[in-house]
Amino acid sequence: MTTVSSASPAFSGNDPANRLYGPLPDVAGDAGYDGDHPARVGFFTDTSVCIGCKACEVACKEWNMLPMDDADGVRDRMGLTGMSYDNTGMLGANSWRHVAFVEQSRPVDLPMPGVGLPGAGGTPGAHGLADGSQTRQDSVLNAEALAEFDPQTGRSADREIRWLMSSDVCKHCTHAGCLDVCPTGALFRTEFGTVVVQGDICNGCGYCVPACPYGVIDQRKDDGRVFKCTLCYDRTLDGLMPACATACPTESIQFGNLDELQARADARLATLKEQGVQTARLYGRDEGDGVGGAGAFFLLLDEPEVYGLPPDPVVPTRDLPALWKSAGAAAAVMLGVIASAVLGSRRPR
Amino acid sequence: MAECHPVGFQWVMEAKDRGAKVIHVDPRFTRTSALADRHVPLRAGTDIAFLGGLINHVLQNELYFREYVLAYTNAATLVREDFQDTEDLDGLFSGFDPETRKYDESSWQYDGVDTPAAAGQRSTAQPGGQVKSPNDGGRADRMQEQSGEDVDVRSADQFETAGSGGSGAVPKPERDETLQHPRCVINVLKRHFSRYTPELVGEICGVEPEVFLEVAEAITANSGRDRTTAWVYSVGWTHHTVGVQYIRTCSILQALLGNMGRPGGGILALRGHASIQGSTDIPTLFNILPGYLPMPHAKQHQSLDDYCALGDQRIGFWGNMRAYTVSLLKSWWGDAAQPENDFCFDYMPRISGDHSSYRTVADMIEGKVPGYFLVGENPAVGHANGRMQRFGLANLEWLVVRDLQMIESATFWQDGPEIATGEMVTDQVPTEVFFMPAATHVEKEGTFTQTQRLLQWRHKAVEPPGECRSDLWFYFHLGRRLREKLKDSTDPRDRPLLDLVWDYPTHGEHAEPSAEAVLREINGVGPDGRTLSSYTEMKDDGSTTGGCWIYTGVYADEVNQSARRKPGREQDYVAAEWGWAWPLNRRTLYNRASADPEGRPWSERKKYVWWDEDAGEWTGVDVPDFEKGKRPDYVPPEGAKAQDGIGGADPFIMQDDGKAWLYAPAGLADGPMPTHYEPAESPMTNLLYKQQSNPGREEIHAPWNRLNPSGDDPGARVYPYVFTTYRLTEHHTAGGMSRTLPYLSELQPEFFVEVSPQLAEERGLENGGWATLVSARSAIEAKVLVTERMRPLKTTDGRLIHQIGVPYHWGERGISTGDAANDLFGVVMDPNVHIQESKVASCDIRPGRRPRGTALVEFVEGYRRRAGVPSGLVPLNGRAPVETVEGM
Repeated sequence: MTTVSSASPAFSGNDPANRLYGPLPDVAGDAGYDGDHPARVGFFTDTSVCIGCKACEVACKEWNMLPMDDADGVRDRMGLTGMSYDNTGMLGANSWRHVAFVEQSRPVDLPMPGVGLPGAGGTPGAHGLADGSQTRQDSVLNAEALAEFDPQTGRSADREIRWLMSSDVCKHCTHAGCLDVCPTGALFRTEFGTVVVQGDICNGCGYCVPACPYGVIDQRKDDGRVFKCTLCYDRTLDGLMPACATACPTESIQFGNLDELQARADARLATLKEQGVQTARLYGRDEGDGVGGAGAFFLLLDEPEVYGLPPDPVVPTRDLPALWKSAGAAAAVMLGVIASAVLGSRRPR
Repeated sequence: MAECHPVGFQWVMEAKDRGAKVIHVDPRFTRTSALADRHVPLRAGTDIAFLGGLINHVLQNELYFREYVLAYTNAATLVREDFQDTEDLDGLFSGFDPETRKYDESSWQYDGVDTPAAAGQRSTAQPGGQVKSPNDGGRADRMQEQSGEDVDVRSADQFETAGSGGSGAVPKPERDETLQHPRCVINVLKRHFSRYTPELVGEICGVEPEVFLEVAEAITANSGRDRTTAWVYSVGWTHHTVGVQYIRTCSILQALLGNMGRPGGGILALRGHASIQGSTDIPTLFNILPGYLPMPHAKQHQSLDDYCALGDQRIGFWGNMRAYTVSLLKSWWGDAAQPENDFCFDYMPRISGDHSSYRTVADMIEGKVPGYFLVGENPAVGHANGRMQRFGLANLEWLVVRDLQMIESATFWQDGPEIATGEMVTDQVPTEVFFMPAATHVEKEGTFTQTQRLLQWRHKAVEPPGECRSDLWFYFHLGRRLREKLKDSTDPRDRPLLDLVWDYPTHGEHAEPSAEAVLREINGVGPDGRTLSSYTEMKDDGSTTGGCWIYTGVYADEVNQSARRKPGREQDYVAAEWGWAWPLNRRTLYNRASADPEGRPWSERKKYVWWDEDAGEWTGVDVPDFEKGKRPDYVPPEGAKAQDGIGGADPFIMQDDGKAWLYAPAGLADGPMPTHYEPAESPMTNLLYKQQSNPGREEIHAPWNRLNPSGDDPGARVYPYVFTTYRLTEHHTAGGMSRTLPYLSELQPEFFVEVSPQLAEERGLENGGWATLVSARSAIEAKVLVTERMRPLKTTDGRLIHQIGVPYHWGERGISTGDAANDLFGVVMDPNVHIQESKVASCDIRPGRRPRGTALVEFVEGYRRRAGVPSGLVPLNGRAPVETVEGM
């Protein structure tokens, strides 16, 4: 009988050869590819330049031949959601890109003109911004302030409006929950470090669906199998950019080697911070997060929840050592109980 | 721009990344606003007030680019003493005839011009000149008479031809270079706009004075020697009864700020489709020929000499009009066109009146038009007053529809809204509809001309499926078959068709004509049979050809220049080797203005085209839009014509005086300067003048085109809300190319209207629920999207003006269906160009779905009764005549 120890290096998270969470410098190598495998690729989605055109959604569906579906993922149906311009609703088996539209507003003092404008009237103090540091961008609404926003009663004449748009996609996690739980090997790590599901192997067990901390992978109801973004594995193999990144007119969706994208994202974030956009942040960039960092990561202008993203996603396997530790302890106790029972039963009568 | 031109918007994002400030002025908060540094919501239809306020700000504070304005505009030119401004006449300029609702422009002229030549002896269709009808009384040319003859071309129909209105034949009008004279243009302008203060702009437009001043500060700080500001508009600006004056207002502002003819400046008109620019260069309009030559008039242009006479007198490049015209005639009729027969000038079709789109639809309803071609156009959904459009189509003998899909305009007789209401009965519609499936842009070859006048060649990617054919194939073979049928005809009326040069080489299974051969013909060839490289090589003796003079050079050196695709990274930022821009591959028009009068760049930062003294020629990063060897100090000799009459420091070479016009002494039907008028249907009165709306606007009165009461008319309260229409990124115009596709339909699956939370509360509308919108034309239903992106505006009397946003893509066919927004609009038009006011009108909105069947007719009629509007009930198939209304 194999004994399981919580001290086993395989589950410690510190063994560079086999980890369940935390940073992983060579994700494809970890999956067993040779040393000369290609660099890890991914998406950097910069939502600060997204114009909500949904070209990514259309290009994805065209290339991957996905069926039309409504906001609930029902195939060959459509309908108005009434939720801003978002009629896709969420990522699903038939929608591998989803552009979120978030309308925000808050009361504001109207901006005053710059100094010394003829005809502006008022005292000199009334010119310029009351608070020199405050500009429109750095005082944007955050999640906490959302509570004060009631769209049905707001008076818009003195309200400021913001419309956030963001194209969501499978994160291609460093530690992919879906992949780890897949019993058939339908889900696999590619040589590019991306995570792909093979339709001809998937048996529709659905274990991967709750294993995804983002709710990305989804079952097609009429078919049973699961589907999600492949990061256009077929195109990547041919040296082409994924369909969505190719279609994006403003380079909101950038495709490339992950380390280059990360450097670009860091620079972009620094620029925005310099411009006073204090609420800008990277999401999925941190290799120390619950999924070991994402292959598809984002620059957001607000809290992740605002966009419908989990603030602290955790791959279920992260807790595996603790689970096994508990299980091991329980097993030891059980063994003790059984042993004592057996031993006890051997007591001479 | 992000909404409707997302691909082009990438360059705005790039500019923003480099530090450009993006300001978005729009009644709605759109996807563009979301990415702009500042969104300025304003009441729909008040743009002249807003822009006029900016002009006033620039003039009052002397923020204009003085050297530029003095040298390159008509700021210093004196206006006639008898000119009276709207400030004097409470909203009218001098010369208005209330009977005809038209202006006599003579008093608008420059000082010293007694009878403007433009309106007097220059009465024939001179390029850019205006036509004064000999029998100009009554409403004859407004309400076209039964026959369509004996009616002269509205003067306006000549205005849009050949660039602009000419200068009034005074090559050296009197000027006051000190700008002190009260009658010099800049002071006339200053007085005209003096009441457009931030406060008044605030009241009219609903823009807070602080926000207005922020914009004013931004654009003035960003204009001058070192910086330029660009204005971008989409065709919505033209969809107003004062549409032409919208563009004029912006032109005046840009000229004052020195932003014309310079890099990073200009006014960029974004078009509604690919190649709309191309469709006016090689026009689909009734009143112009290729290259903006005027369409000859049945009576005024009996001979080529009549037609060309006044072009012959012009200063600037219109002075060569005869060479352009003769080359065009030689292109079309080849050897048959000889000097003895006026180069077949008699073969040319003529116009006898207003044959513009809406007038023609009215004529169709009256049974005057037997047949009609609809090519890539879906008026049953896409044009104002869809019911009128469908009635027009239902009163033809035949209709040809060429489209990618079976659109509503091809099936109106079967399942159109009027079939449901009983106003049209299928088996009593006389129209025979021929549907010809068309090839898409990837299934055919040819050029697109975009807003920068850039021609880009498109190669065919795939064969069109089934019976689908290119437009080129269709017209070539239609012409070929007609000529075949008539080949033995001796009837002189068939000669124009039989004598046409119709010998394009064909290829492939379906005998597709060569698009390159057509482009080469458009370019024109010289006596040696080789392609011309410039329109300056065109001759008026018949030795050259050219199908569109401004396109000459696109096939220079026998090479298809529009097919050039040298990547941008391999050239400088002007990218002169990508495609080909008319004229002569100039990427920025009037770029002589990017240098000072002496020919030196205004600044190092904005260096573009300059005079190279050593080489004795103009040079720079772009092709100079000026005669290459003309010195900056060139002074035209007395009596010089055409380009020789343009001075060395006059960049605007298509104008007789070479100047940008801050004030238009001729050429506009509704005033030499823009004036704010309320839209034809507005819940507000004009705060500036007693004159409520554009006095020259064109209306068509008939039961199928009732107009809502406006302003302080009590009936106006029956239709209390402003609505505006627009496009969504996810759909394309009238929907034929998007509502039929699942991947686009699912993204915007249903017709909806956008309302503010306040309006929703006022009218009991629920997000996601149904609403019915009603005007004097029709009632339509849509889902409701309640959003703070729609903002009510407060008026001075504390009233809230609510605006409703209505995307116009839907019709009854396709995957995603819905009522057509354009059914709400009536047809009321700009007098210069007959374009309808379809970006603003009034309506009512109420919760719930609209009535069905005949109940809908009664419902709309009930509204009309309450508003005091005449009945809109029509006989079968809508066949009610146009009414004559006195004292409009």
